[in-house]
Amino acid sequence: MALICDARTAFGAGSNTLDLTLGGFNTVVLIMSSLTMAMAVWSAEVGKKQLVSIFLIATLVLGTVFLGVKVIEYKQKFDHHLIPGSGFDIRYHAEHPTATDNPGKIAEEREELEKAFAKDPDLNAHAQLYFSLYFGMTGLHALHMIVGAGLLVWLIKGSFAGRYTPQYNTPVEIVGLYWHFVDIVWIYLFPLLYLIDRHH
Amino acid sequence: MSEHIVSPKIYLAIFLTLMAGTAITVWAAYQNFGAFNIVIALGIATFKATLVVLYFMHARYSPKRTQLVIICSVFWLVIMLALTLTDYQTREQSVSRFAPPAINRAA
Repeated sequence: MALICDARTAFGAGSNTLDLTLGGFNTVVLIMSSLTMAMAVWSAEVGKKQLVSIFLIATLVLGTVFLGVKVIEYKQKFDHHLIPGSGFDIRYHAEHPTATDNPGKIAEEREELEKAFAKDPDLNAHAQLYFSLYFGMTGLHALHMIVGAGLLVWLIKGSFAGRYTPQYNTPVEIVGLYWHFVDIVWIYLFPLLYLIDRHH
Repeated sequence: MSEHIVSPKIYLAIFLTLMAGTAITVWAAYQNFGAFNIVIALGIATFKATLVVLYFMHARYSPKRTQLVIICSVFWLVIMLALTLTDYQTREQSVSRFAPPAINRAA
């Protein structure tokens, strides 16, 4: 019984398949992009026209890095049979490790999954719920990032034309509000998706 | 727009606090606080989100009316989230009794 109590939940098992290094890196990148966005607003407010462009471009670059890392993560999930559907099997990666995987970690993963299955025989069904939420929530977040990137391209064009001044900077300010909102969503998504049952 | 210009120093201080918050939330996830793990994680996330709203989004320097709108919106969001929890609260600890037939258990 102690063994079963100690086991991960289905959502915990799903969460532990996520790459915390990539997720943590993306969190840092996104918060940094919020900083550069805030600095772009400040640059416009104090009339430093060149800095507006520089900070907007930095924000766009960081946003693109975030989306690129997300692509790597999604690809990993495809490779590990973690897309909800008939091919789903949360044990796939532990049972089909590649040459680059650490054997000790794989053995540990297999043991944790065995315990989780002992606690919940329908783990695969329940873990698919987790991954549906994972792809739904991160996908919707990524969609907002893509919209934000489009808005940034438009702002950058305007900043090259020197449009944003201490008298007129509302577009930068408002896109900034939108960008920070997308950042806030990620601030919640990161612990909710990546950090379940990590202490097991 | 707000007349108040927030200085880069404040932005940098907020950024560093957000970084520290991220580090603390990862650290906390590896500790076993039982049922409080989720409370701590959401507490830190809410603290970080509040900083972003107050400083990056300038809510702290906004007119009272704007602040009132933000507070009302958050209150409404809490109502919506609480409503989703009514389902969770009325469930058995284990849903296996009501679970549909196992999907690809043999896979």
